[in-house]
Amino acid sequence: MSAPRSRVAVTGLGTVNPLGGDVASTWEAALAGTSTARTFDNDWKERYGLSVDFACQIVPGALDSLTRPESKKLDPSGQYAMVAARQAWADAGAPEVAPERLGVVVGTGIGGIWTTLDQWDVVRERGARRVNPYTVPMLMANSSAANISMELGARAGAHTPVSACASGSEAVALGMGMIRDGRADVVVVGGTEASIHPMTIAAFANIRALSGRVDDPQTASRPYDVDRDGFVLGEGAAILVLESEEHAAARGARVYAYASGRGMAADAHHISAPSPEGQASAIREAVEDADVAAQDIVHLNSHGTSTPLGDIGELNSVSTALGGITDQIVVSSTKSMTGHLLGGAGALESVFSVLASHHRLAPPTINIENLDPETPMRIAQDTPAELPGGDIAVLNNAFGFGGHDIAVVFTSA
Amino acid sequence: MAHTENEILEGLAEIVNEETGVATEDVKLEKSFTDDLDIDSISMMTIVVNAEEKFDVRIPDEEVKNLATVGDAVKYIAGAQN
Repeated sequence: MSAPRSRVAVTGLGTVNPLGGDVASTWEAALAGTSTARTFDNDWKERYGLSVDFACQIVPGALDSLTRPESKKLDPSGQYAMVAARQAWADAGAPEVAPERLGVVVGTGIGGIWTTLDQWDVVRERGARRVNPYTVPMLMANSSAANISMELGARAGAHTPVSACASGSEAVALGMGMIRDGRADVVVVGGTEASIHPMTIAAFANIRALSGRVDDPQTASRPYDVDRDGFVLGEGAAILVLESEEHAAARGARVYAYASGRGMAADAHHISAPSPEGQASAIREAVEDADVAAQDIVHLNSHGTSTPLGDIGELNSVSTALGGITDQIVVSSTKSMTGHLLGGAGALESVFSVLASHHRLAPPTINIENLDPETPMRIAQDTPAELPGGDIAVLNNAFGFGGHDIAVVFTSA
Repeated sequence: MAHTENEILEGLAEIVNEETGVATEDVKLEKSFTDDLDIDSISMMTIVVNAEEKFDVRIPDEEVKNLATVGDAVKYIAGAQN
């Protein structure tokens, strides 16, 4: 007979993102329904002929806590992750845990793209000898997981899921697994991305993924609006401290919520187009794994990227997975405010899901002028929606190019 | 224009500070890069690459392992100028 599986508590949160440089300011700005999309204050549009010249960039000053030598050895994606990880660790009360019982799982969609492209410029313009010797440690996708494991002395394992826009949620799911499998008592999980670069914007624009609303960038990210035309690129990192229920209880830790269920599926269908079957399969698995009823799920932090096909398709997948029991659900797409953090998205939205459960408030979805009549569920539009008391469950979805489907169910503490 | 050894020490101290955070006043001739200043091999290469650019010299990889102290580096750079 196997021992009963550990419940996984969420005991620490940290983030740097377009809404805020920490959790408190991020949550406040989210509840206020703040748009962060802005036109670039540089010459990229004229210089490179970019068709899209706006994005959601991290708040100024968010990285001030890093020393200059620290920031010189980390790609921006690694800087975001390090700052968020330090916040989350402090927020959890810097738990005392044996190094071999502490793990790290931090995903990214792309990795150190700025470092990669900057150093290629160095090779071309100044020659091979001038390339920064730290280039490889900075650009590698596992850089954030590795640096955070060194920072915290985490030896149970440091992992980096790379599944495009599902990476951050896959990190949460894999971190849950480390605790359930008995590999660790505490796991620092999350995701990071720093890819607001002319090449990346050009590439996403050419695949017709980005909103082209250059005249009104602040309202460009408009999930569930009839005139949505693509996502707005965001950036940042979010980190959560996961901890076995026993370990958290033994040290009297504050528990925000439990990471109770996870579902992971692959579409095996198309490199960029979503598949309803894969999404529904992941959601169904997460709900069953959490051992909650469909009725218990009162809030969905959706993947909702503001693309014409994706937004409604996701809600239909949720409905399929829950057998049509969705009247009790209020939906938020926080990407309407933050833009799409790619590999950081699932992690930041896990933080929002945990906070929604903790504070019993669903953050708003902004910029909906005309709700798409095909929208099959209630959206928390413009202002926060109150969630019920008692035991509740929150669903968070993240889907990535390549057909990666991740769903996580958080339950109230 | 060749740099004096004093100018090289000052310039090197700035590079070391920029790359590793070691205070410029701690970068003295007798200090060992690894034992005293706690500089690892990648940071050492970063210092070398920056010093080459700043002083317009070439420090071959096989020479770097001979530069145990700040003084060794200053002397090498001074000799490699022109």
